[in-house]
Amino acid sequence: MALMVVKFDLKKRVKLAQFLWLMYWFSVMAGVLVFSMGLFFKIELRKRSEMMDNNESHFVPNLLIAVGLLACGINAMGGKICYDSLDPIKFSRWKPMLKPFLVSCVAFNCLLVLTALLCFLMRIPLQFTLAEGLKNALKFYKDTDTPGRCYMKRTLDQMQMEFRCCGNNNFRDWFEIQWVSNRYLDFSAKEVKDRIGSNVDGKYLMDAVPFSCCNPSSPRPCIQYQVTNNTAHYSYDHHTEDLNIWKRGCRDALISYYGGMMNTIGALVLLVASLEVIVMIGLQYVNTSQSNLADPESESEGWILEKTVKETFTDIMDKMKAMSKGNAVEEGGVDGVATVS
Amino acid sequence: MVLLKLQFPLQRRVRLAQGLWLLSWLAVLAGAFTFSLGVYLKTELLRRAEVMDNTEIHVVPNILMLVGLVTMGINLFAGRVCQDSLDSARFPPWKPFLLPWYGLAWMVCVWLLSAVVLSYALQGHLEESLKVGLRNGIRFYRDTDVPGRCFQKETIDRLQMELRCCGNTNYRDWFEVQWISNRYLDFTSKEVKDRVRSNVDGRYLMDGVPFSCCNPGSPRPCLQNHLTDNTAHYNYEHQSEELNLYNRGCRQALVDYYMGLMNTIGPGILSVISLQISVLVSLRYLHTSLEGVDPENPEADSEGYILAKGVKETLMDVKTTVFKLLQFGQVEAGDEAEAGADGEKAAS
Repeated sequence: MALMVVKFDLKKRVKLAQFLWLMYWFSVMAGVLVFSMGLFFKIELRKRSEMMDNNESHFVPNLLIAVGLLACGINAMGGKICYDSLDPIKFSRWKPMLKPFLVSCVAFNCLLVLTALLCFLMRIPLQFTLAEGLKNALKFYKDTDTPGRCYMKRTLDQMQMEFRCCGNNNFRDWFEIQWVSNRYLDFSAKEVKDRIGSNVDGKYLMDAVPFSCCNPSSPRPCIQYQVTNNTAHYSYDHHTEDLNIWKRGCRDALISYYGGMMNTIGALVLLVASLEVIVMIGLQYVNTSQSNLADPESESEGWILEKTVKETFTDIMDKMKAMSKGNAVEEGGVDGVATVS
Repeated sequence: MVLLKLQFPLQRRVRLAQGLWLLSWLAVLAGAFTFSLGVYLKTELLRRAEVMDNTEIHVVPNILMLVGLVTMGINLFAGRVCQDSLDSARFPPWKPFLLPWYGLAWMVCVWLLSAVVLSYALQGHLEESLKVGLRNGIRFYRDTDVPGRCFQKETIDRLQMELRCCGNTNYRDWFEVQWISNRYLDFTSKEVKDRVRSNVDGRYLMDGVPFSCCNPGSPRPCLQNHLTDNTAHYNYEHQSEELNLYNRGCRQALVDYYMGLMNTIGPGILSVISLQISVLVSLRYLHTSLEGVDPENPEADSEGYILAKGVKETLMDVKTTVFKLLQFGQVEAGDEAEAGADGEKAAS
């Protein structure tokens, strides 16, 4: 009992082939879309690579790029097959390749679903990478005279302004590191000597944040220095002050940015996968309806699977068993011949 | 003396019609492109509308949008005409519309050229408008509790951060206004009282700038206060310090930005003008060559030209036609008056 049999007369076959040809062209464009999304994602990761630990993995965007290119190739070939399907001579040339092609389509669809899953899951390693990377970035903020790190200050300032965030987890991360370079500290001043003496490592720590943490929506000019000292500023209570500096940490900001991007890309890849499944089923119908034609004008039947799912599955298992047994029998035969002589 | 006469055998006429059909569709796309350029320029101007005093500069995108739509219309018409042109039965109904069409196409080219010229000519007006707008913006920076002006601070801060500029002409503009609201000044402290008394208007002036003037590219953490006092900061000399704040004034930054936009748009508009002129010339040749076709022998050669007589003679002809029309109107009025007078005479 074949699975989902549909009767096809000539007109219906022609319509199916035309419709499928159009759908294959949409799928090629969808493949291009996946490729460009992979490229975009890769560029975005590279742009912020300084905020990430050096071993961030580019596996997912590379996979997206590869899958996009593969989709273009497979769908272009599928479109060519559909185009030739109505001409019996051309179609007979494609016939032997169709079954392996359809099997590879099934494998490709599984790959697409896997890619979508990986997109959704990539958030987790990214979280760890960003935590480590941002911690180091904050440490190197003051090293504007060290070659190789001299742009860290600018990068971090621009990132905090763009993503509206401050520090790693929140603004207090800035209180724990020295972010003013020693070149601009007057070591003969009492205040500087006190601060340096106040901690074990001799770092100039203060309860202040850089200007890039300032929130432009605040009604009062930005309070950057002595942020936790209520008496240092008129009419100021740092517990209730919400708008002065950005409250969010940059790790959360970056993760939600990349997370949103990855969710969108994953959803789009799933849509492309469903499109691929539809065109694959259509191609199978074209294949089966063209294969059992008595003459070009007659009616024919098309189906998805020749037998039911269960029977097809048992067939495949039997074939695989037969193949492995066949190897064993051959070996036995060779041994038998050897012993006889 | 006919202007720019060309011979048109049948094959050439057919080719001309086909080429013109393609060209007119390209011109429709060009019209859509012009319209979208106008929309883009208008949105960019509206984005910064809060720091502009007047809307004189908006005439440029308005012209572009209007002319873009008109261009699309007339080129759709041209496409339709040349589709029907090779069929001798369908072409004659279009003939009376062609002369006004030429006039309209010329006007379109003139308007587009005027838009390009205006975009450069109005630069001075734009600068004036920005000068006043930015001055007000800086004055009202502190009024975060006054309805209608409470977003001025955020607007100016974001403007300075995005365009990497500080103040109107430069950062010293901030020294001349009080940019801290009175709500955050402790009027009991000596320092505040001194500063407020130090000037006639009782304003709290200081040599400090808001945080949005800070340059992230500076190697040292941003110095915002006591900018002219070298002793207030370690290892600091304000005359030689270049990277601490943005050196450019926001007026210059905005003018540069908009002039850059216009310079990009200019060549696009010029190419649209040249496309429209080529459509105009091709349609004129098609029109005149089809008029010259012998009705009994439609496959024969014919002549096409731009003007039936020379430029001077055509202008004289146009002048006399216009005068005749005016005179005709005057004579009619004169005749009526005479007839009325005669009638009265006869009656009385």
